[in-house]
Amino acid sequence: MPEITARLRDGDAGRRYIERIRAKVAAWQARASGGAGRPLRLMEVCGTHTVAISRSGLRSLLAGAVDLVSGPGCPVCVTADVEIDRMLAYCDLPGAIVASYGDLLRVPGSAASLAERRAAGADVRVVYSAMDAVSLAGREPGRPVIFLGIGFETTAPATALALLAAGEAGVRNFYVHAVHKLTPPAMRALLDSGGAQIDGFLCPGHVSTVLGEAGFRFLAEEFGLPAAIAGFEPLDILVAVDYLVDAALGLQAVRLENTYGRWVRPEGNLKAREVMDRFFEPCDARWRGLGVIPGSGLALREAHRSFDAAVAFPANVPEPRPRKGCRCGGVLRGEIKPPECVLFGRACTPERPQGPCMVSGEGACAAYYRYSQAE
Amino acid sequence: MCLAVPARVASVDGNLAMVEIQGNRRKVDVTLVSPVEPGQYVLVHAGIALQVLDEEEAEETLRLIAEAMGHA
Repeated sequence: MPEITARLRDGDAGRRYIERIRAKVAAWQARASGGAGRPLRLMEVCGTHTVAISRSGLRSLLAGAVDLVSGPGCPVCVTADVEIDRMLAYCDLPGAIVASYGDLLRVPGSAASLAERRAAGADVRVVYSAMDAVSLAGREPGRPVIFLGIGFETTAPATALALLAAGEAGVRNFYVHAVHKLTPPAMRALLDSGGAQIDGFLCPGHVSTVLGEAGFRFLAEEFGLPAAIAGFEPLDILVAVDYLVDAALGLQAVRLENTYGRWVRPEGNLKAREVMDRFFEPCDARWRGLGVIPGSGLALREAHRSFDAAVAFPANVPEPRPRKGCRCGGVLRGEIKPPECVLFGRACTPERPQGPCMVSGEGACAAYYRYSQAE
Repeated sequence: MCLAVPARVASVDGNLAMVEIQGNRRKVDVTLVSPVEPGQYVLVHAGIALQVLDEEEAEETLRLIAEAMGHA
């Protein structure tokens, strides 16, 4: 494995791929009338891709030929303000322990963040996995432990396994506030809205380990767009971009190409989907920047509602006011790049984030800021 | 949070496995990828293994890159 990774970071091969891609796009740009000079627009919908592309410099190395645009791929970033406020409301419950993944802590809600509530005395714990929250509930039987179930198809199976373990062990004080989201419906919504102007998609490699190829075939079959399931090393990304460019320029057939076969089976992970399906059912969900998308969230099934924090501890949370100046919504739709927001790097920095895309390590704003890619 | 990392399986005990991630040892849930054996690589995300590495596919990817470079 370490040898494979090293070879996928080979700088010489990377430079040659970039030259190859640039030459193909340049030839097309020279031939094209009307849209002449336009770079191809490829969207990634995975926070880890966003970071990998910024860190490796691929975004700037391909600039002018390929515009690598970040989409709604960071789970913390796409979580709506009202959900953050609901999570904060659990801090007020007597005796409650709020268990969260670390990168959610500093996301600003209407009045505070979880980190600020913790500093003010609320019992907010950072967990590495949902299972850790079940163990915590087992150790604190007299107190409700509310796990904030956030994340895409990679994280939802972990929450489902935790629910399974809590059920089997009879842990009655474990609750989940589920805001898990599904990737394909968001991509579909983005395309249906017509504003994204995408020539192809880099599909999320790790989400694909669960969904398999079937999860993303609709991009080619229904929208006629090339799509590539991609890994996260520089050459993984370049191989995927190379295919997408070929397909967008008519040099290869438009299809879903799996370029991450070492981890992604065509059928995905059936066991993961089964355990998700046992506990959750699709529901309409609200996304920051994209609004309510039908069937894009996961709600606990009726039979497991006793675990549902929102049912056990209903909170009347008022509709949050829109954030002044923050353009995370436009960033998540791929309409603007982070530096186009007036707050970026001025009022909004990783130290003092105004919006979630600057908070999360996987957020597009944080990635642009950290790697100084102000193109 | 969405970070998934490859880890080498050191030992397996039921649904749990001890894995090595960049020199660190950590217990992960392998329910979704069982059966796994020591020596195999798994992709770990939020404390659970999501998939097992297909070494042949990895070699195939490297072969395709080498081939593409030959024609560059």
